[in-house]
Amino acid sequence: MSENLIEVQGLTKKYGEFVAVNGIDFHVRKSESFGFLGPNGAGKSTTMRILAATSRRTSGEVSVLGRDPEIHGPQIRAHLGVVPQEGNLDVQLTVTENLYIYGRYFGLSSKFIRSKIDDLLEFAQLEEKRDTKVDALSGGMKRRLIIARSLVSDPDILILDEPTTGLDPQARHILWDRLFRLKEDGMTLLITTHYMDEAEQLCDRLIVMDKGSIMSEGSPAELIREHSTREVLEVRFGSEQNVRMAPAMEKFCDRIEVLPDRILLYTEDAEAVLEEIVGAGHSPKTSLVRRSSLEDVFLRLTGRSLID
Amino acid sequence: MLLSAAVAIAERREGKFGDRYYAGRSRAVLERSFIAFKSSTWFVVLSGFVEPVLYLFSFGYGVGRFIGNIDAGSGKMVSYAAFIAPALLATSAMNGAVYDSTWNVFFKMNQSRLYHGMLATSLGPLDVALGEIAWALMRGLIYAIGFMAVVAPMGLIPSWWGVLAIPAAVLIAFGFASVGMAITSYFTRFQQMGAINIALLPMFLFSGSFYPLTVFPGWIQAIIKALPLSQAIQLIRALTLGVMQVGLLVHVLYFLVMITFGLFITTRRLDALFMR
Amino acid sequence: MTLLGTTRKVPKFGARYVLESQIRAMLKFFWLIAAMAILNPLLYLVSFGIGVGSLISQHIGPHGIDGVSYLTFIAPALLASSAIQSSMDETIFSTLEGFKWRKLFFGMNATPQTGNTIAGGVFLAAMVRTVIGVSVYSAILYFFGAMNSPHAYLAIPIAIFAGASFGAIMLAFASHVHNEDLFLTIIGRFLIGPMFLFSGTFYPLKSLPSALQIFGWISPLWHATELGRYATYGHQISVTMVIIHFAFLLVMLVVGLFFGFRQFSRRLAK
Repeated sequence: MSENLIEVQGLTKKYGEFVAVNGIDFHVRKSESFGFLGPNGAGKSTTMRILAATSRRTSGEVSVLGRDPEIHGPQIRAHLGVVPQEGNLDVQLTVTENLYIYGRYFGLSSKFIRSKIDDLLEFAQLEEKRDTKVDALSGGMKRRLIIARSLVSDPDILILDEPTTGLDPQARHILWDRLFRLKEDGMTLLITTHYMDEAEQLCDRLIVMDKGSIMSEGSPAELIREHSTREVLEVRFGSEQNVRMAPAMEKFCDRIEVLPDRILLYTEDAEAVLEEIVGAGHSPKTSLVRRSSLEDVFLRLTGRSLID
Repeated sequence: MLLSAAVAIAERREGKFGDRYYAGRSRAVLERSFIAFKSSTWFVVLSGFVEPVLYLFSFGYGVGRFIGNIDAGSGKMVSYAAFIAPALLATSAMNGAVYDSTWNVFFKMNQSRLYHGMLATSLGPLDVALGEIAWALMRGLIYAIGFMAVVAPMGLIPSWWGVLAIPAAVLIAFGFASVGMAITSYFTRFQQMGAINIALLPMFLFSGSFYPLTVFPGWIQAIIKALPLSQAIQLIRALTLGVMQVGLLVHVLYFLVMITFGLFITTRRLDALFMR
Repeated sequence: MTLLGTTRKVPKFGARYVLESQIRAMLKFFWLIAAMAILNPLLYLVSFGIGVGSLISQHIGPHGIDGVSYLTFIAPALLASSAIQSSMDETIFSTLEGFKWRKLFFGMNATPQTGNTIAGGVFLAAMVRTVIGVSVYSAILYFFGAMNSPHAYLAIPIAIFAGASFGAIMLAFASHVHNEDLFLTIIGRFLIGPMFLFSGTFYPLKSLPSALQIFGWISPLWHATELGRYATYGHQISVTMVIIHFAFLLVMLVVGLFFGFRQFSRRLAK
């Protein structure tokens, strides 16, 4: 049985003349890990805030757990755990106090919260920092604490806005591991990200957004299959040469993208293409053979790089 | 789906009047202030009532020597210290409430984004406003008690009605805090807070703290009497000097209106700011 | 070579560039500062000078305190107090901002600026604001008739001197601060407030109980007020006392600048 926890139809959000979200439709199933992939300003965060009942839509239908977040805000928020993009931990309090008071905001009893704190600290790997003021935590620790905090109320849906932005690689991997555990436990996750590796790792299904609209929808594998080839060959001829070499490259592959620093050749067998190119007397300065990624999907859909 | 405790609690309020704005849980916001207070520097927070006491010593006794007894209205002659003591209590209630509802609120709204976190839970904006103001009032209450504990033994509170000055100070603080928070919610930059200081200074200096309003021409008196600090001083002075009359209820009403108005605007603004 | 030549000069005149950037920052709040500079003296003079003054003259006559009107009596004290206030505001907030809030000093220090030039720039900027504030204040006092002695203009440099002394001390203190909330509360509540109230500002220091007079003696405001009163209306004062007052302020200035400059350099080098 796959019940839809979230259903959205024709959702539009305008700030004055600016259209942040432009008539999007999607749904999220229970225990699904659902991603919003897109560059900054694509409308991901706005969409998340509307789902989290902290923003009003301009038009369209939104149903979260069968109810309208605009009318039943507090009731819907009681079902959600929210991990905002900008940290909003209580800087005057310690780690434990942050978890405790957040539970109190939901009206939970002190006894109930105290019984959960040890588990939450363990989950966030912050047992040794329990009485530390949050100001003294590293970026990764803060992010883990915010996630632990969002779990204090036993939410049905966890909303994560750019969960690993600004973290170093090691801290990201620790965080991904934590999120995987939640996914395994059947938590429904909503994740916005502009990192394709994050989306590939964490999301069962995702929508690619740009300028307020949905460009495509599907699982990472589906999206790649649909919008890209199996492999990619990246070649560099030097910054001045790339554009000049592009026409000569076109005949070797299905599709070509010329970026300022390199040329991407889309093909089913990149090794073979490279051999052909070299065989034809071209000598790229460097070359790289790799699998297609969501980055390529995004490039295909929008004609732009995801991270600029 | 099994309901979590948080959901069950939120559902209980469903359908009640104003459930979008108020979850009936401003206690949790108040509790947060208390936890933060426990780890702050106690004596700094508690020493808040020192300032009016210093003013009282300096003016009441220092300047008072050159002034003698004065007419506190309706021909009642009192010492200069007894004249200014209630005004200082009213002023400190105002200052404390304004400080808490402007600087502190601004910081939590814009720098630490504390309210963003609160409003992502099942709390509503009115819970946040009431909880924050309640904390300011508890501080105000402690300051008022501290101040009274110093001045009453000095014989500066000649009437037993003076006990009512303590709840009156809290009422006054409530009024200023509600309006202060409403105004702060419109500010986007720290510097704008300077405007509040500019507005408060003349009120502090001309509201009849240090001399009877009768030194001014009649029309100026009328304007000053309508200002909130002057209302506060009239109320508290009447109580400490025991000049009881029905007209005092007008001052009480004045502050009740301020409270309602301030809370209304604050709730709407918080809702608009965080529900963009 | 020319490039190297010009940058090498910077440390010597560096304070000038820091001064410039501080003043640019101040100009952003020009209207706020200007409004306070004009409103503050006006309101205090009218409220205390005229309001409280009328009560005093009812009781002990129009020239009851020190043989002059109450407004004339408090004018030099308020002038010095305002100089101290604006110089203090500027040194404290610039220092906290530079080290803590926006960490500007660390950026400046990456250029040829040194701790000394930065501290010097901050201090000079505070002095610029103090000089302007004192000038505006004095002009207002003049219109109130509180500056009518022939050498009343001397009250201006005296007030600036007091501002410099106290600003220097605050520069030294603020440069050590890590917990600014605590610092600002303590300074405001236990230092500035009492100093304003118990430095013979509103009545002669001598009329306080002798135990409280000690406070006046360690207060720069009292020393500046005594000198100012001598300048504006010929308040009786011995030559020895004039020397003591000046010496006190001078020592504060030198000590404050010494420790302030030293701590700026140390903290930036950390």
